[in-house]
Amino acid sequence: MSQPSGKTLYQKIYQSHVVGSLNGSTDLLFVDRHLIHEVTSPQAFSGLRLAGRKVRRPDLTFATMDHNTSTQVRSYDAAGETSRKQLEALAANCAESGIELLDLYHPDQGIVHVIGPELGLTQPGMVIVCGDSHTSTHGAFGAIAFGIGTSEVEHVLATQTLPQQVARTLKVEVSGQLSPFVTPKDVILAIIGKLGTAGGNGYVAEFCGEAIRGMTMEGRMTLCNMSIEMGAKAGLIAPDDTTFAYLKGKPHAPKAEHWDAAVAYWQSLYSDADAVFDTVVSIDGSQIRPQISWGTNPEQVIAVDQPVPAPESFKDLIKADAAKRALTYMGLEAGQKLTDISVDVVFIGSCTNSRIEDLRAAAAVVGTQKVAAGVRALVVPGSGQVKRQAEAEGLADVFKAAGFEWREPGCSMCLGMNDDRVDAGQRCASTSNRNFEGRQGRGSRTHLVSPAMAAAAAIAGKFVDISQISVQAPQGAQA
Amino acid sequence: MSQIFAKGLVCPLDKNNVDTDQIIPKQFLTSVSRDGFAEALFFDWRYQADGSANPEFILNEPQYQGASILLTRTNFGCGSSREHAPWAIQQYGFNVIIAESFADIFFNNSVNNGMLLISLSASNIEFLFNRCKQGPQQWQIDLANQEILLGNNAAVGFAMDQDVKQRLLSGLDFIGASETLSPQIGQYEAARKQATPWLG
Ligand code: SF4
Repeated sequence: MSQPSGKTLYQKIYQSHVVGSLNGSTDLLFVDRHLIHEVTSPQAFSGLRLAGRKVRRPDLTFATMDHNTSTQVRSYDAAGETSRKQLEALAANCAESGIELLDLYHPDQGIVHVIGPELGLTQPGMVIVCGDSHTSTHGAFGAIAFGIGTSEVEHVLATQTLPQQVARTLKVEVSGQLSPFVTPKDVILAIIGKLGTAGGNGYVAEFCGEAIRGMTMEGRMTLCNMSIEMGAKAGLIAPDDTTFAYLKGKPHAPKAEHWDAAVAYWQSLYSDADAVFDTVVSIDGSQIRPQISWGTNPEQVIAVDQPVPAPESFKDLIKADAAKRALTYMGLEAGQKLTDISVDVVFIGSCTNSRIEDLRAAAAVVGTQKVAAGVRALVVPGSGQVKRQAEAEGLADVFKAAGFEWREPGCSMCLGMNDDRVDAGQRCASTSNRNFEGRQGRGSRTHLVSPAMAAAAAIAGKFVDISQISVQAPQGAQA
Repeated sequence: MSQIFAKGLVCPLDKNNVDTDQIIPKQFLTSVSRDGFAEALFFDWRYQADGSANPEFILNEPQYQGASILLTRTNFGCGSSREHAPWAIQQYGFNVIIAESFADIFFNNSVNNGMLLISLSASNIEFLFNRCKQGPQQWQIDLANQEILLGNNAAVGFAMDQDVKQRLLSGLDFIGASETLSPQIGQYEAARKQATPWLG
């Protein structure tokens, strides 16, 4: 008999959400927040209608429009006929079911994973789902948050629950202090580089350690956002005073009469000292350098001062073959320095890096400089709130004066469902999360970087080692 | 007792980390319908920039027309949660995918559409790919006994989650199954309202 041991944070939240047992090892979990958007919900609503079912808890369901909206004009028509139909379908479905919708014309509209936290919809201890893989972002608050498919969206709409099995637990400890210019984006890219794109399959990952504790909520969101990129079901960070301070006063956060009780509950949300994780990984945060991806999946990443690896350097034959294919697709050769490679497009945005701190970090690098000739550079704020704040702080003026396009909130060039695409063969420095083949447009070549690195690339017209240029340390980018 | 879940021609797609952007690119995601995705499957690999079929892509090779079992490598279906990916695969005609591993969300989405996803060890996957090199393969999947029947009495067994197996065998509507717990959901909601009133 093994000794009874403590529980991990994930296990605590999971167990408190079990409604009942289905067959075998499958539990029915209650869902505290269900976020929906236009792309993955229409078929779920049609399914409900077909079966004569209703939305069980419209009050726990929140909708926004973000994926295929135009970021140039606020209009349903601006992104094409089929996109318009999809946006109208969401509006009609929400109206019919009584679901709060932040439509294109709402001042707080934005990317679902940016607005959830901003509005205080995301809170510690919750189970949060959304028909979108980057729902993992919300784990930054100490919530179990994960992406689901459309059939599951339908299931949650109908029952406010989801059948689940307990996932394995992975502890990722990042010790030490991060160097200046090393941002949470670099940390998560370095972790994915180490664990691989499938390293987290079947796991819920909890990030902890000094470097994580030192991060702002925005940084923690960037980190948890990309936990799906290592295959993890969810990423998780135990809530602390940073979390509580962020939430206080947010529109949907607990009101004054419940605040103390909520905080008391949140303070119980941590992994017990004697909790046993299935796997533990430790990383020295002080050794992490600014990262840049060179290939076509996020594990194909290097520190910006390292040469592009040779396929033969991978012991694993599968990785060697993948590297060979990636180099061909990316138009790169082994041994090249990425700081010698020029960029055509720069995209600052996406649910990974479109929050106010990201824009501050980018603007600090830009200063009074200009975007290099021939480079197309976009800044797409994550939400209406971010946009207004960036305008109020003068960041928008910095970008516009430099020659960046300053856009309306949305997913934009992260996936190019609207008209913001990277053309075939073009190279893009992107603050988004996926460098898959064709992700930003057919034949597009994506390099994932932090906002500061993206801004520096826009100015120089080529990739830059951010630690080699002299700018003020970006706000919020340090541990 | 054997129960043949599927049988048919095998298409070996020799790639690792096939992500859902590859399975179905974003331009097909604006549909509000659940149908019509067969043509979009592996679009950027299947068609050249001018719209003609890419003769080098395996799905376009004459001997694989009509395939219903997809054989591939590791981490299949990683990336976006789009259920359009399994819809496209299923509507094209595949009902079984055999791989070394699958991404979690893709796995759930596929099962929710009644597809069977089989994970095998690297060496078994290699064995099956080698078999495909000998010529077009017709296999049968015995779900009850968890075996891939390769013909001539050859078979490869596979492990699978028993809850998933049960669902595939019974074809149960999974919302309906959860609705049998409706009273418990109501009780949970009442208790939750008491204990954590700020959650709504
Ligand atoms: S910004 Fe990109 S990754 Fe995030 S939700 Fe939108 S499309 Fe998905």
